Amino acid sequence: MDFLLLSLIKAAVVAAVLLTTLAYLQWVERKVIAHIQVRLGPSRVGPHGLLQPLADVIKLITKEDLIPPHVNKFFYLAAPFLAITMSLLSISVIPFGSEVRVLGQTTWMQLTDLNIGVLFILAVSSMGVYGIALAGWASNNKYSLLGGLRSSAQMISYELPLSLAIASPLLLANTLSLRELVQKQGGFEFGFLPRWNIFQGPWPQIISFLIFVIAGFAETNRVPFDLPEAENELVAGFHTEYSSMKFAAFFMAEYANMITVTCLTTILFLGGWQPLFPASMGSNLVPPVIFVLAGLVALYHGLNPARRKDRFTLPVFAVVFFALAAVFLLPAAREAILPLFWFAAKTGFLLFVFIWIRGTLPRFRYDQLMAFTWKFLFPVAVLNLLVTGLLVALVP
Amino acid sequence: MPSGYVPIFIFLAVAILFPVATIIVAKLIRPSAPFLTKLEAYECGIKAASDSRGRYTVRFYIIAILFVIFDVETIFLIPWAVRYHAFGWFGVVEVVVFLAILFVGYIWAYKKGALQWV
Repeated sequence: MDFLLLSLIKAAVVAAVLLTTLAYLQWVERKVIAHIQVRLGPSRVGPHGLLQPLADVIKLITKEDLIPPHVNKFFYLAAPFLAITMSLLSISVIPFGSEVRVLGQTTWMQLTDLNIGVLFILAVSSMGVYGIALAGWASNNKYSLLGGLRSSAQMISYELPLSLAIASPLLLANTLSLRELVQKQGGFEFGFLPRWNIFQGPWPQIISFLIFVIAGFAETNRVPFDLPEAENELVAGFHTEYSSMKFAAFFMAEYANMITVTCLTTILFLGGWQPLFPASMGSNLVPPVIFVLAGLVALYHGLNPARRKDRFTLPVFAVVFFALAAVFLLPAAREAILPLFWFAAKTGFLLFVFIWIRGTLPRFRYDQLMAFTWKFLFPVAVLNLLVTGLLVALVP
Repeated sequence: MPSGYVPIFIFLAVAILFPVATIIVAKLIRPSAPFLTKLEAYECGIKAASDSRGRYTVRFYIIAILFVIFDVETIFLIPWAVRYHAFGWFGVVEVVVFLAILFVGYIWAYKKGALQWV
């Protein structure tokens, strides 16, 4: 098939999946936080609130869009575009799975593999700072300006430990291509320990993994580093003056950045689509077992319904889960979707950690935030890189 | 131009068209009834006394300067890490010297109070 046509199809698939994930990530976040706080969360729109994202989209589209006269119009309009475009673009080099054969075509589950993939993501995600800084400045509102300033200072400060934490796995793998990075983490030490960078000798990259995740929280402006939009100090920070779809653009950009950061963490430290333990020990059976268990739980709660509607909705979910389990048992489909499952599982777990921390931790003070990166994370990241370098040189 | 970048431009087109399309759709169906009070800055309810682009603390400038210095450092370190096995011990010594010089600068900035945020 034509390379261009294939790229178009892949771009369409990636965009569709990404946008759906964005919408439902927000539903998952609301549900998880609700359950952490012993509430139900969205439950009115559709079964278990599953149509809530759709309702939100309709609400945001039909809202009045105010452009206050005191803003700098060009930058005010450009900022949300910049934020959402850059955050969507950075997903284009992420490899979601290994090679697959679909309709006689062999292709990678990745839009494209650049030989500078890591740098591409770093560059594109730093462009996202402009969106926030410009939004804060162009709004001509004190809260927005403070939010934009805080955000840009925070993002550039945490970019240092972030890129230093990236350097250590690069030192082990000696490549910038994300696909090769994952391929180098294949195989198992002693027959069971995966050769992911987080476990790999001579110096397991746990420290840089933690630094990367912490800096990732700061880069995506998530709790506990959400000072740019601290609602009890700055109303809504840099997007105070934005409404309707422009507000939604910032919102989606934040979630898209979250997905990019978790995907990148998975690729750099958690071995991308590589399984947790060897296939000889039954790692191929993990997805069917998980889906069957999920189906059984749904079935049990469907038979003992807590709410009246659960009697109908939960058995349907159970059937869906059983069907998914069956798909993972088909040898033809398994080859293609197992890597995808492992990638999605790791990314999903990290996304859950993002939400979990939002439900658990309070916000930092701004001086604590800056001191933390400059006085602690940055020197630790440099030291970690040095130790990694020395040990790799000593233990070839 | 290497063909690996073609899909990126395709995706860039998608990433640009998506917000444009949604904003155009929103423009077609949303109501629009602005009036003077609604358009005021969302601050405290009283008319804003001054333009918001006033002075702000010098700390932000210092952070920006420090960022430029140390970000260039990380930009040097990433290619070094990627070519690490090709350099061998020469690369290790080289980078220890490089980081030592930067570390002195870091200590100086620390002692000067540039990293202190109060």
